[in-house]
Parts: sequence; C-alpha cells; structure tokens
Amino acid sequence: MLLHLRRSAIITVIFFAVLGLLYPLAETAIGQLAFSHQANGSLTRYGSTLVGQKWSGPKWFHGRPDGYNPMSTGGTNLGPRSHTLETDVAKQVATLEKDGIAPTSGLVTTSGSGVDPDISPAAAYAQVDAVATARGLPTSQIRQLVTSHISGAQFGFLGSPYVNVLLLNEALSALK
Amino acid sequence: MGFTWTLVTLVVALAIIWRFLGKYMASVYEGRAKWASFIERPFYRLIGVDPEAEQSWQRYSTALVVFSGMAILFTYLILRLQGHLPFNPQHLPDVTPALAWNTAVSFVTNTNWQSYSGETTMSYLSQMGALAVQNFVSAAVGIAVAVALIRGFSRKGSRTIGNFWVDLTRGILYILLPISFLAAIVFMAQGALQTLAGPAHIHNVLNGVSQTIPRGPVASQEAIKEFGTNGGGFFNANGADPFENPTGLTNLFSVILILSIPVALTYTFGRMVGNLRQGVAILTAMTIIFGCWLAIGAVAEHQANPAVAAAGLTHQPSGNMVGKEVRFGDTSSALYNIASTQTSTGSVDSANDSYNPMGGFATMTGMMLGEVSPGGVGSGLYTILLFAIIAVFIGGLMVGRTPEYLGKKIQASEVKLATLGALVMPITVLILTAVAVSVHAGQAGPLNKGPHGFSEILYAFTSVTNNNGSAFAGLNSNTAFYNIIETVGLILGRFAIIIPTLALAGTLGAKNVVPASLGTFRTDKPIFVGLLIGVILIVGALTFFPAVSLGPIVEQLSKGKLF
Repeated sequence: MLLHLRRSAIITVIFFAVLGLLYPLAETAIGQLAFSHQANGSLTRYGSTLVGQKWSGPKWFHGRPDGYNPMSTGGTNLGPRSHTLETDVAKQVATLEKDGIAPTSGLVTTSGSGVDPDISPAAAYAQVDAVATARGLPTSQIRQLVTSHISGAQFGFLGSPYVNVLLLNEALSALK
Repeated sequence: MGFTWTLVTLVVALAIIWRFLGKYMASVYEGRAKWASFIERPFYRLIGVDPEAEQSWQRYSTALVVFSGMAILFTYLILRLQGHLPFNPQHLPDVTPALAWNTAVSFVTNTNWQSYSGETTMSYLSQMGALAVQNFVSAAVGIAVAVALIRGFSRKGSRTIGNFWVDLTRGILYILLPISFLAAIVFMAQGALQTLAGPAHIHNVLNGVSQTIPRGPVASQEAIKEFGTNGGGFFNANGADPFENPTGLTNLFSVILILSIPVALTYTFGRMVGNLRQGVAILTAMTIIFGCWLAIGAVAEHQANPAVAAAGLTHQPSGNMVGKEVRFGDTSSALYNIASTQTSTGSVDSANDSYNPMGGFATMTGMMLGEVSPGGVGSGLYTILLFAIIAVFIGGLMVGRTPEYLGKKIQASEVKLATLGALVMPITVLILTAVAVSVHAGQAGPLNKGPHGFSEILYAFTSVTNNNGSAFAGLNSNTAFYNIIETVGLILGRFAIIIPTLALAGTLGAKNVVPASLGTFRTDKPIFVGLLIGVILIVGALTFFPAVSLGPIVEQLSKGKLF
C-alpha cells in the first residue's frame, strides 16, 4: 500500500511535467511557428473571424440572434417544447418581418456556441433586398457579393455551406 | 447527400483504424512494440517497477485505486491553488471546494462533467496540468482494465492479469500521446487556438463592437479530449465553440478520434484471444446499436423544432437549428452528439438540451444502454464483455448446458460479477435521480419546465454514472448539492464496475480452457450477436423505460403542447 502510494505520487508528478507541461508547450511552439494566425485566434483588423458579432441597423448583414459574448459561450438550452423559446422566436420573426427580411430558421434561433460567426446562404440572400435598399446600391451587386462569400461544404461534403458575417460585412463596407 | 459521404468516409476511416490500430494495440499490450523503450526503461527504474513482474487481480485493483485516489488529490490541489500558480493570465481565483472536488473526480473517472464554465473558471495551468493530464491518464486506465479482462480470457491457469503500472505507462507512451500530438496539429491548422497569451481585446470600427476573446492552449487539449473519450471542453460551449471545433473537417475528425480506440479494441480483443471472429462479433453488435441510435438522432434533428414552428416558422428545411452551428448543420451535429453519447465522451457540438424530443431520447438512452456501442476507451469493451457473459449465461439456461465463453466455463461467480457490473449503473442512476427530484435543492436545478425539466435531472445522473459528461445543460448543477451528489454516481459508475471486472479477469485467468465441442454455443456467429444485442436492449429497457417515459417520450407524445 505504501509502495503503491509512493509510486503513484512519483508518477503523478512525472505525468504532470510531461503531459501537462511538455506536451502542450511543444504544441504551442508548433502552433506559433506554423499556424500563428489560427493559433492566436484568427484575428483580423475587425475582430476574430471565428467569433460572431452583433450587427445593428439595416445597412449590415445580421448574424443569428446570439448573445455574442465569447467570455460566456453556450446555447440557451431551451427545450423543444419551451414556451420561452416560442416567445423568443416569435419576437425575432416579427423584428425580421418589420425589416423586410423573410425569416429563416437560422436567423430566428440561437446557436450552440452563442457566438456563431456564420449564417446559411439562404439567410444571407434573405437580407439582400433590405441591405441594398438601405445602402442605395443595386440589388444585383449585393447578391453578387453574397454569392462570392459562400463557403461551400468542406471538400464538397463536410458540414453545411455558410457565409461568414464578418467577412461579408467587411467586403460590404468597401463597396462604393 | 453530403451527410451520406460523411458517413461513408467515417466507415472507411474506422475500418482502416480498426485493422491497424487494433493490431498495434495488441502488440503494445503484449509487450512486442518496443520503439519507445529508451524512455520506458528509465521510467520503470525511476518508479521502481519491474516490467516483467505481474500482479494478481487484487494487487492490480489496489494499484489502480490508489493511483486514481492520488490523481484526484493532485487535480483537486491544482484547482484549489490555481490563483497562486503560474500560467494564469486572467488572474482567475482558486476554484471553490465543491466545484474543485466535482471536477477532480469527474476528470479522473474519464467523465469530464462540466459544472464550470472553462473560459471564466480555469487557469491555463488547470486546463493543461490538471484536466488534460487526467484526459490521458483516465483513458489509459480504462484501456488497461479492458486489456486485463482480455488476458483473463486468453490465459489459462494464470494467477496474474498483467502489471498495472506497465499497462498505464504503455497506453500513454505508445498510443495516446503520439496520436494526440499529431491530431492537435490538424485542429490548429483548421483554426483551433494554441497559445499561452491571455485574452485578446478587439474593437470593430464598422459596428462599434468591443469584445474580450478568451484564448489558451486549446488544440492540445481538444485532441486528447476526443481521442481519450473524455469530452471536457476548454470552453463552456465545448465542441460548439469555433475555437475548439472550427470546421466541418474538425467535426468529422473529432467523431473519428472518439470512435477510434473503442472500435479498434475489438480487433485487439479478437487477436489476443486468438480468434478474430470473436472480435468481429462484438464489433457487429456495437455497430448495429450505434447505427440504430444514429438514425433516430439524425432523423429527429432533421425535423422542425416544435416551439419554433409554434412561433410561426413552420418551414424549417435545415432541421432543428436551435443550439446548432450553421457550419455543421443538423445531421452532422447529431452524428457528433450521438458518437459522444454512445461512447463515454460527452463532448457536444450542439446543445443536447435543445434537441427535438426523440433526438434527446437518442443521446440519453445511448448512455442508458451502458455505453457499449462502442463505449468509452476500454470501458466500452469491458462493459460489453460483461453483457456477453450474461448473454451466454442466458443462452446456456435456454439449452440447459453450462455456458462457456471463449473456452472458459461461466459459473456462478462469473455470472454474479458480470451482473453486479451491469447493474451498478442503472441502480445508481435511478436512486440518485429519485433523490434529486424529491428534495428542494434538486428541484431547483432545471431550467426548462414540464417533462423536459425532469429529463434534465435524469440526463445528469445518467451522464455522470456512465462517466459520459455530456449534459442537458440547462440544469444549473454548479451548486453544492449537485456537485457533491454527482460524485457518488461518478465514483460508483467507474470503480464499482472496474473492480468486479478485474475480479472477473482474475477468476477467468485462473481457469483452464474447455475444448470446444459440438454442443458449444458459438460466440462468433450471428445468433450470438443477436442474443447479445437483445440482452443489452432488454436490460436497458427494463430498467429505464418508466423513467424515460416521464421525460422524452411524454414530451414527444404531447403534440402541440408547450411548457
């Protein structure tokens, strides 16, 4: 028993040093050298492309109605027969319809992370008319912009196609 | 269409992994793999272990329990002292006692239940040195127990079942660490974080938004979290967080990592007992159950969310998107969560709590079957072998013959041990759930009303007792009541199954082999696979049907009603 205890203590300390320090620090070195953009948070001038932001007003494409607080990630956890969920979604449907946007399921529901950076292509197209009107630009130009920002499923089959809202709005701000 | 190809890729990848990783693991635990002996030998000298000396099942169990106790203590201390330790750029305070206790026990038992929110609770040292270390260690312990049980079957007249220290070390050194090291690079390349720098502060001039973006050594932890079927996320959102699981590729890659060892161990098993078809039979049973549960989950999540429909959006072509990420979509999200609940992983890329009633049914009942399809690393194999013993016992009763499994006579003591191992989980889950719904501190937990609130509590105890760690996360479980009562499930669900399993390994290993005769019930044939699946489903259904009826089933049936 004492032998087991002493052995356990030594192994625990060695594992801490190797698996708890050496391993993550070696990975950090690789990450910083080979993938420094990703490893540091995919940061651009306007924020991280992996963390969604709240966009207000008719001049921008909107993301999902998430909280967008990366320090407090997670979904709402409202169940499929929750009254609260129904009320929240109904409010969001009304807001979108007031702005002249046909609601899609992505635009009225919150995500799993609470910081979903993406919307579906359908959700982006649904906002084209509203954005074009607010900016006084031709609809075809905005539609073209959305089309060029669609990321297809990876390798053609992994996951779903999406549009990154930050990159789309960044390109939008550059339009004349 | 994309999902079909996702499944094809998954099956092909797992077939290759089954063959090669399975064979490799057999060579690791039979002592034939030696490429890292230059590290291994000095390590054994340092801890004073003779790698050739084997242990009886009693000594093996004692070593395992003492070592796990030490791991709990060490993890607890790091969490309690993190405020005074380095690698803490956010200056987070020490973790509170009840939470530190819950977290320490949960990571040592390969559960990774998260009562805490990683981004605001755990320092980088706690994540790397306490939590990720246990991701490796608890996985290696699980595999060691499975291998010890396999030795019980493959040996005859043996008083020993292996050496715990050697099995532990070899599992980490030869299997978990090298593969995690490579896998972490894939996560980084796709966008996962890996830095020791503190949070980034950004300000966007276009929309006036300012954000504090948490960072940390995420990729290194993500790799072992999936590969060791641990599941504890760096961040609260776990695999839904884009910094943990950035793309469709990492999503499928995570699923492959989760399933690799549990699936490949069936090959290791077949090879070590000298008949690969025995391993194939076990894998077939696992695959059939997995396939059925995946179908339930994926179909359920492709349906419209009833509350969203009630709010006026009846047309939901992309399925139930509440709590799901756009980049994954409905079916790939379901695949991830089903894979993680059919193993002991418990990581999530979408909110289980917001799944449609039958989607939540699939994730919850996947655990209730004992996590055998294919189950956690090691634990999946040893638990399904307990069911296999019960299956041959029932088969023996039907034809009135002493049952045998892999040439070993299955007698009263084996059946008792297997039954004990199989019943600990359901009994613990049902009693703890009953306690929680009866006392005020337990009733205060659920976020949702109606049957879904009950599901949140039932799910929590199912998850901790199966050492899964996923949650119907609306439950507010970071309270003294839940943090402490959950550890009862955590400990019983781990050690009250491991110890009977090791005892079984001991008694089986001591027996001699009975030569197969014409009357022997063949355990490498479809009829055995059918009987095994039947036993697993019947035991699960008999124990949990009444409880599940009050949760997901009544929720599914109450059409048009909201709570």
